[in-house]
Amino acid sequence: MRGAVIVAGYAVQESVRRRVFPVVLVLTLAFLGLYSFGVYKAYQSIDPGSTESVGNGDQLAIVDTQVLFSATLFGLSIFAVLFLGTVLAIFLTHAVVRGDAERGLLQPLVVRPVGRAALLAGRFGAAALVCAVYVVLVYAISLFVMHWVTGWWPDQIVVPALELAAAVAVIVAISLFGSIFLSAIANGIAIFMVFGAGLVAGLLGQIGEALNSDSLNTIANVSSWALPFEALYQDALNGITSETAGFTKVALSLGPFGGAQPAGAWLWPYVVAYLAALGAVGLWAFNRKDL
Amino acid sequence: MAAFRAQGLAKRYGNVTALGGVDLEVAEGELVGLLGPNGAGKSTLVKIACGLVRASAGTAEVAGAPAGSPAARGALGYLAELFRFPGWYNADELLALHQRLAGSEGGEAERAELLDLVGLTEARSRKVEDMSKGMQQRLGIAQALVGRPRLLFLDEPTSALDPVGRRTVRRLLEELRRRGVSVLLNSHLLSEVELVCDRVVILSKGLVVAAGRTEELARPRGVEVDTDAGTRLFDSARREDAPRIVAELVAAGEKVYGVRVLETTLEEIYLEAVEGETS
Repeated sequence: MRGAVIVAGYAVQESVRRRVFPVVLVLTLAFLGLYSFGVYKAYQSIDPGSTESVGNGDQLAIVDTQVLFSATLFGLSIFAVLFLGTVLAIFLTHAVVRGDAERGLLQPLVVRPVGRAALLAGRFGAAALVCAVYVVLVYAISLFVMHWVTGWWPDQIVVPALELAAAVAVIVAISLFGSIFLSAIANGIAIFMVFGAGLVAGLLGQIGEALNSDSLNTIANVSSWALPFEALYQDALNGITSETAGFTKVALSLGPFGGAQPAGAWLWPYVVAYLAALGAVGLWAFNRKDL
Repeated sequence: MAAFRAQGLAKRYGNVTALGGVDLEVAEGELVGLLGPNGAGKSTLVKIACGLVRASAGTAEVAGAPAGSPAARGALGYLAELFRFPGWYNADELLALHQRLAGSEGGEAERAELLDLVGLTEARSRKVEDMSKGMQQRLGIAQALVGRPRLLFLDEPTSALDPVGRRTVRRLLEELRRRGVSVLLNSHLLSEVELVCDRVVILSKGLVVAAGRTEELARPRGVEVDTDAGTRLFDSARREDAPRIVAELVAAGEKVYGVRVLETTLEEIYLEAVEGETS
């Protein structure tokens, strides 16, 4: 445990002092600036006090413009936060084992008495912590920007933030796992592709839901179990409008960020088991690896 | 108890045999030079000892503990042939990290002593990325010495050093011997090994092909005598023949100015042992 804490301290220092940190900072500021500007300008172009009436006579349905606008753009920001968090997670972990071993950075650490398990645990803990703090912070800022401009609050605030944090922790674990087997560049590319595949599967699920397609829903479900960051992301998206009802909810579900499905009560236990299994197999492989 | 002991140590990578059953022992306080051409298995041997590589067969012990175990790793210091330290650390921070990893309680005094030992006192606040390769190599040696290890594995520690740096390392090795630290020095620089090591072990194709003290391995090459008639070589003569040869020359009326007993050098021993093999 002590060894893992030492390695985690080293990894946190590394994440803050490496050149990647200013790059992430600039990207984040650019995103938040453009997001704030975009939300402000777009909100000016709608009439927030109004409701849109759809249909006629007895079939008249009401869409709350403010909720539709805010939830859709906040859904976009959740996607962006997850993407930026993923970029950070991959940068921090893509080279931890094989990449660092090939560069000669790993060997001086591994020969110390702390051992390989502590190294892996410390690296995971530090990267997951840095990425989780990062996504929660950016999530909170984008939420406050949205509220400042539109006055809207999502139906759930804390749970989606925790789910985003858990999603990047899952990506950290997958990237660390991949780094045991793949060289730095190959692993970085592979994890980005896995991330993209997860999101595409989620989109397919949303389309499947709209079209009532069992095949697309099955693809999305299997992908969500295999890559639980996707399930967490979908659940987070669902959470921000979980209590929205009526035709506003229907209208939201037709948008790119509104058709997400709740993941159910097994999501969190499954994520914990998934991380534990990935860690156990990864440690087994790392222990057998010649450096 | 030996500081390091390997028995029947073997390592195969697929069809390639890196080590074919090596027996080797480094006694307490002994400085052993590990020689051999590229690909002879020197680095593999050291990596098994450090727990970086798993042996295919045989055993290796460091200070009585199985190689790779926490106890073994706690007793050794290691400088890899190809190593790199995080560029954003300065020398002092790097040593502090390794103190924490090694469980050393030496604190600032130990760091200052180590930096002084490798001649980097002035560079203690300099970032690794701003250091020359030679400075990084000396910092690597200081890092290996963190926690006062009983056994030091140095894999080509002077490959990036200039002559002054090499002399610094040589003096450092002599100081370590004085302190009773055992050293397994893996090097291509035969003159360096000859100067500082108590014993040499020569590996070729994964096997020990020669081992012993340099003078034990050396073979007589004759006696060379400087006389007023020029230099004369008695190629079948040995050290004990020298007084007789001198007496005979003087009796024959020649003036003798110098006598040299010739023996094979470490380079010749090495080349003979590896039969001209190269990487």
